[in-house]
Amino acid sequence: MSPRESGEVLVHAEIKVASAARRINFAQLASMREAGLIVIILALCIAMSLASPHFLTWGNFRAMLMSFSIEGIVVVGMTILLIVGGIDLSVGSVVCFSMVVSGALFLAGLDPWTASLIGIGVSALIGAAMGFFVTVIGLNHFITSLAAMVIVRGMCLVVTKGTPLSLFTLPPAFKAIGQGSFNNIPYVILIFVVVVAIFDFLLRRATAFRKVFYTGSNEKAAQFSGIRTNQVKFWVTVLCSTLAGLAGVIYMARFGAATPTFGAGMELNIIAAAVIGGASLNGGSGTIFGAILGMALLSVVTSSLILLDISVYWQDMIKGCILLAAVSIDHFLHRKKS
Amino acid sequence: MTQSPILEIRGLSKAFGPVKALSDVQFELRRGEIHALCGENGAGKSTLMNMIAGVLQPDEGDILIDGERVSIHSPAAAQRLGIALVHQEIALCQDATVAENIYMAAINSRRAPLMNFQRLYADAQKVMDLLAPIPVRTRVADLSISSQQLVEIAKALTLDCKVLMLDEPTAALTESEAQRLFSIVRGLRERGISVVYISHRMAEIFSLCDRVTVFRDGRYVVTDPIAAVSPDDVVRKMVGREISQLYPDKLAPQEPGRLLLSVGGLSDGRRFAGVDLQLRAGEILGIGGLIGAGRSEIAQTVCGLRPMTAGTVALDGKQLRLRGYGDAVKAGLVYLSEDRKGSGVFLDLPIAANISALDLARLTGPLGLVDRKAEDRQARELTGRLGVRMAGIEAAVSTLSGGNQQKVAIARQLSVDPKVIIMDEPTRGIDVGAKVEIHRLLRQLASSGVGVVVISSELPELIGLCDRVMVVREGRIAGELAASELGEEAIIMLASGVHNSSTQRQAQNVA
Repeated sequence: MSPRESGEVLVHAEIKVASAARRINFAQLASMREAGLIVIILALCIAMSLASPHFLTWGNFRAMLMSFSIEGIVVVGMTILLIVGGIDLSVGSVVCFSMVVSGALFLAGLDPWTASLIGIGVSALIGAAMGFFVTVIGLNHFITSLAAMVIVRGMCLVVTKGTPLSLFTLPPAFKAIGQGSFNNIPYVILIFVVVVAIFDFLLRRATAFRKVFYTGSNEKAAQFSGIRTNQVKFWVTVLCSTLAGLAGVIYMARFGAATPTFGAGMELNIIAAAVIGGASLNGGSGTIFGAILGMALLSVVTSSLILLDISVYWQDMIKGCILLAAVSIDHFLHRKKS
Repeated sequence: MTQSPILEIRGLSKAFGPVKALSDVQFELRRGEIHALCGENGAGKSTLMNMIAGVLQPDEGDILIDGERVSIHSPAAAQRLGIALVHQEIALCQDATVAENIYMAAINSRRAPLMNFQRLYADAQKVMDLLAPIPVRTRVADLSISSQQLVEIAKALTLDCKVLMLDEPTAALTESEAQRLFSIVRGLRERGISVVYISHRMAEIFSLCDRVTVFRDGRYVVTDPIAAVSPDDVVRKMVGREISQLYPDKLAPQEPGRLLLSVGGLSDGRRFAGVDLQLRAGEILGIGGLIGAGRSEIAQTVCGLRPMTAGTVALDGKQLRLRGYGDAVKAGLVYLSEDRKGSGVFLDLPIAANISALDLARLTGPLGLVDRKAEDRQARELTGRLGVRMAGIEAAVSTLSGGNQQKVAIARQLSVDPKVIIMDEPTRGIDVGAKVEIHRLLRQLASSGVGVVVISSELPELIGLCDRVMVVREGRIAGELAASELGEEAIIMLASGVHNSSTQRQAQNVA
């Protein structure tokens, strides 16, 4: 080995030591976050199973899973949108709109499957409209989706004339989506698991979704790498609304009704879950698995509060504090970078 | 000469992650002197200034003011100690008036609840008039860059400071503005204010300063009285070796091969017009010119990153029709951005993902999935070839030093086996060692038949590295210099379009 080479190896070794101590590895940071969440959730579960005999029962778990399965589908879309650097405040309204459009079409005589597909399609169109304002007009996601949130909620009221649609005539085969189960596992949970598995895999592995990370991490650098960032942002916006639409028709099947005020405030819960799970509001980072864990944590907390007989009035406050803690930790971990 | 120095630095060190920006440096500023601080980019000058001004905290070492140890934990603390820093980059509130900007720091340290605007405008105008007749009620955004630079300096003058640090204050100034600044700085010296003056321009340093301290690669080298040294001495100490050793050998005169890139009559309708450019295999073509002359815009338009209104681009004899940068990449024409952090790398993402960003299609399997093994193989091969010093290809780019980040950005360009690579300021802000490595790499690429175009604001780089240099002035090609004609004065003359003594000052703009 020449002296020059050995010198380089030395430098190499030194740097290895230095950076092993303070490595801020993107992938590791995400998995660290996920592991941390799992630990917190397990700890909470253990504590609760000691505190309440009703906690560690299949019935309670099933209820918890049901409670976040459908929202979980929306979280998937929101997480991808957050990674690209966007945000969507309109998801609650879109969930509702998909529900009432499908419901109204069914009441008008369409078969429920076609009606649902149209409901999902209309949701995708809302996403496309937002994508247009973001990429062509140049507004930001926040303002665009804030406007959409209000407009779409208004549309829900117009379609229903303000009164809930009663859909008890839905055929049992359709209702089964929301109410039936396979081997005692509700279809809702199965759909949720499939959606999560597909998108988690795609987000980690697919080329198309890799572009989402590039765009969110540094949009200019992505453009300078030949990535059409506006296309990426447009399609992710459409995807988020489409998944919200899918959630809407599942809710319809589950409740057998379509209420024009349904889903108000849902967007906050969903954004909170994604952020607790490690999605950055500045874009560029986040995982579906993490976001689902975020959702699970919020759900376990809610369930615990109910079982512990703590007033529902406390719930929002405690959830808010959890969000604040998660974001503070995120900020602390990211501060080192700059 | 027994007076204690107003400012003294002892054994100061600072590291950013694995990168040592400063190690064990010393510095001494006497009362009422103008002290030049010299060093190449990355030598640690700005880091030292930022620590003295309380922007950064040292890892080790002492800062002494009037012989007393102080800890300067914030810019406000520095102000209280009478230390003012004029940054190299303009940091003004663009929407506020000149007067509000000038007194921002002073307002911050006053305790009055209400603003007295009449008095503010009157006082600000008095300070501003010392430098230039800029009306202080103007919004800063409406001023030219050179005027904004003067506002920055005026801002520092309003502070009742004992130590004034100027970081490349003349970079954006015209000759007459610079002369006015020099007389003001001399006036400050008469009033007993001590000045630290950072500049690359040897002529300024030798006409203005009393002593000079040289830093190299984060270490203190030497302090000399100006009268005892020559500009060449200072440059040699800054670089640490003879300039000739810094650059790889050039091409033999009649060697250039076939025509690789041919640009004809290129215009974008705004910034530049009628640009012709030819690049042959084997040569490194330099593009020089002043900042804002349109060099980057030309390069970006050639690569389809900006729209063109007229002109043709042919690569390897084939006419290109570019609808976007993606088409250029497919054809084998790549562009390395000048703004590394802003548009060159994805800081949060792993090294491997940074390298594969340019052409994911080649790493994509039939199912539309990224072939991770191929991605890792590519990353390992390219980082090995470029000598990137890193913890591993999964580490985020933000953990690397500037030079290694730049190598990752270059690795990305190389991942597509380009025919022509256009590099915009490939060595800006990186240390000397990495710079030499990148220059060698560029020469290797050229020798292996890749067309290399280097845009640079550093004259020694253009002269030392390139086989031919084209100079851009105000959006047009002002001229072309063959290897035998290359020289700082020749480039400056073409770049500025003037041929008089004022170019002398810029011609001395060494390193």
